[in-house]
Amino acid sequence: MKKKYDLIMVGIGGQGIVLASDILGEVAMTAGYDIKKTDTLGMAQRGGSVISNIRIAEHVWSPLVMQGTADFLIAFEKLEALRWSPYLRPNGTVIVNNQVTPPLSVSLGVNRYPDDQEIYRTIRQVTDHIYTVQGSQSVIGLGDIRTLNMFMLGCISHFLPIEIKVWEECIRQRLPAKILEINLTAFNKGREEISYVNI
Amino acid sequence: MNRLLSGNEALALGAYHAGVKVAAAYPGTPSTEILETLASFKDIHAEWSTNEKVALEVALGASYTGVRAIASMKQVGLNVASDPFMAAATTGIVGGLLIVSADDPGIHSSQNEQDNRHYARMAKVPMLEPCDSQEAYDFVALAFDLSEEFDTPVLVRTTTRISHSKSVVHISRTRVEPKPASFTHNTAKFVMLPVNARSRRPLIEERLVRLKAYTETFPYNMVSWGSNRLGIISSGVAYQYAREVFPDASFLKLGMTYPLPEKLIRQFASKVEKLIVIEELDPFLQENIAALGIRVQGKEFVPRFGELNPDLVKKAAYQAGWLEPTAAESKKIELPPELPPRPPVLCPGCPHTGIFFVLNTIGQRSKLLNDQGKSGKEGNLIITGDIGCYTLATYPPLQAMDTTACMGAGIGQALGMEKAGVNANMVAVIGDSTFIHSGITGLVNAVYNQSKGTIIILDNGTTAMTGHQDHPGTGISAQGERTKAVDLEHLAHGIGVEDVAVVNAFDVRALRDAVRKAISSPVLSVIIVRGACSVQLRTRSGQRAIDMEKCDKCGVCLKLGCPAIQKLDENLYIDFTLCAGNACTLCEQLCPKKAIAPIAP
Repeated sequence: MKKKYDLIMVGIGGQGIVLASDILGEVAMTAGYDIKKTDTLGMAQRGGSVISNIRIAEHVWSPLVMQGTADFLIAFEKLEALRWSPYLRPNGTVIVNNQVTPPLSVSLGVNRYPDDQEIYRTIRQVTDHIYTVQGSQSVIGLGDIRTLNMFMLGCISHFLPIEIKVWEECIRQRLPAKILEINLTAFNKGREEISYVNI
Repeated sequence: MNRLLSGNEALALGAYHAGVKVAAAYPGTPSTEILETLASFKDIHAEWSTNEKVALEVALGASYTGVRAIASMKQVGLNVASDPFMAAATTGIVGGLLIVSADDPGIHSSQNEQDNRHYARMAKVPMLEPCDSQEAYDFVALAFDLSEEFDTPVLVRTTTRISHSKSVVHISRTRVEPKPASFTHNTAKFVMLPVNARSRRPLIEERLVRLKAYTETFPYNMVSWGSNRLGIISSGVAYQYAREVFPDASFLKLGMTYPLPEKLIRQFASKVEKLIVIEELDPFLQENIAALGIRVQGKEFVPRFGELNPDLVKKAAYQAGWLEPTAAESKKIELPPELPPRPPVLCPGCPHTGIFFVLNTIGQRSKLLNDQGKSGKEGNLIITGDIGCYTLATYPPLQAMDTTACMGAGIGQALGMEKAGVNANMVAVIGDSTFIHSGITGLVNAVYNQSKGTIIILDNGTTAMTGHQDHPGTGISAQGERTKAVDLEHLAHGIGVEDVAVVNAFDVRALRDAVRKAISSPVLSVIIVRGACSVQLRTRSGQRAIDMEKCDKCGVCLKLGCPAIQKLDENLYIDFTLCAGNACTLCEQLCPKKAIAPIAP
């Protein structure tokens, strides 16, 4: 019997979450798991809150993860980590990109962006396994913010018992040759960074 | 071979393998990817039609020549196509004809929620509902056979969670070559004069009787036995949620949901102590089962609207006593109150931002609407709109949309308000793709009935909201071929509009001048606001930054609602990873202190 992994990947439309969760799904299928995934987006525009559900197991029924049961929460932005944290199970693992993007209502002065203390205190209601990674900073350094999704995939790969060559092969199949190298570099950077983050 | 496919991709591949020859659609979430996938096969004809009605008529014509055809649309698209849908149910078909309706429970991306299973009943045509991508792939082949065997169009109904979820599909077939097209003259079947329609009417009832016998043997109406204390009838994605929530129950999963297998349902019901239905939206299965005289529960506890999920099914199960709560419900995080929402917004560099900023300021909208969005006084500019990215201009800070009903509605609504005698200038806004879908007839009507209003066509050269599909205005076909482009200026002139202006979407002054001129003009005016969708920009350059030595924080730039211009704890800045730069420059044009300029190299 294979172990089950329920993951929630969240962030902002335009950050490449759907592609990342697609690749994660392909990786799991290639490694012999059953997999279902589904994304919730407002509309096709950029800028809205996005959540992708990925369920990996011997057999999967519902494509949606139930609240309080996600083994992993992978957040591309901090407010989104907080927003979707009720999906986490006790002692689940959180990987959060240290990025703050105020939504319009905050920029317009209608709402207040929660501070770090509020975000971390809330998540610690159920788990201390919180990995904060400098993903945006790292991939801006590489020269392309759009590779953030591969950086975050690299972080997840550290936790799943799937060979690295499967990940690389699935990324290779999904991305055009022109941007493949920088994306693989971002993936490896994420995989490396997560291994020395203190929680 | 196994592949990870969305329901839409699986439907399309299933149709291709089943020998489909003609596919037609208008983009609409969550149905769009069906035609997009079919368009990648070059040995069939796959087209974006001007709207869903035309799409279904194209598919119906193809079917009359004996080839297999498919028309796919979102739930409200079937409203537009309901005329040919009912006609097709009456004439019947020759080559297999499938209509895919992708419903949107929870209104992720629609103007209303509706349960299109009722359409199957109204038209008396068979309906199949896949519960995952594998069934989506398998059902299409069955549906084509069913269509041809019973001389009927078949409704394949999905929902967002079927169309857009990906799951593993075992690909078991290869393409069946289509039959050559040929048309046999048969006026009694194809010409629905009243006399012919009347003679076809009893055939529909006879067909339904035969379909009722067929559905008893439909291989995907499946029973799986668990405990006999609880029996659950379900279909579609609701079945998956129910399996998750009720691990011990017995299940009758229906793949064909119209007409229903009465005998199978009676048998199943007789073997369980309690019978319930888990279904999304209306009590369609439940009411039809109750009508058989079978005691059944469901919608007394399961929500009647919105999208279902396993959490909601579980909650209903506890409330109804169908399930005993387990002692060890795991602890869940409680969120702090009032988290800032993050709804979708117009993108940085959006060609709609400038014109709506102008409509906002000319219409003095910030004075009209207080913080609660309530109107303080009657407006001097009423802006009627419809469906597209631009509907998002309703939100602050742009607040420049007064109505949105359905595709193309704004033009007719503007004329209605004008003729009612409202004391304000009327402006109707409509996207280029939407205008071609259902704005042209409205414009003809406005000319004919002597409107004095202003119609603004927002021409971003694509169908942006559904993911950038081509349309007749772009001159590129769904399969990537260069074709004839509809020229919007010529079209407006040809209809009889005398005042037609074309304005650059990123020139604030020109936009302001054009709107002022049009609303003060005593004749019908059309303004075409032209600018490319920023998501389609290949390269970006000249990202802007704010020089804080010059900036006095007046906040005018924030009034654009550009997501790249951000303010956090009194820090005002432009996120260069989001800014569209030289392609836009709206904020630079607005800044009274000239504090916004390209980032120094």
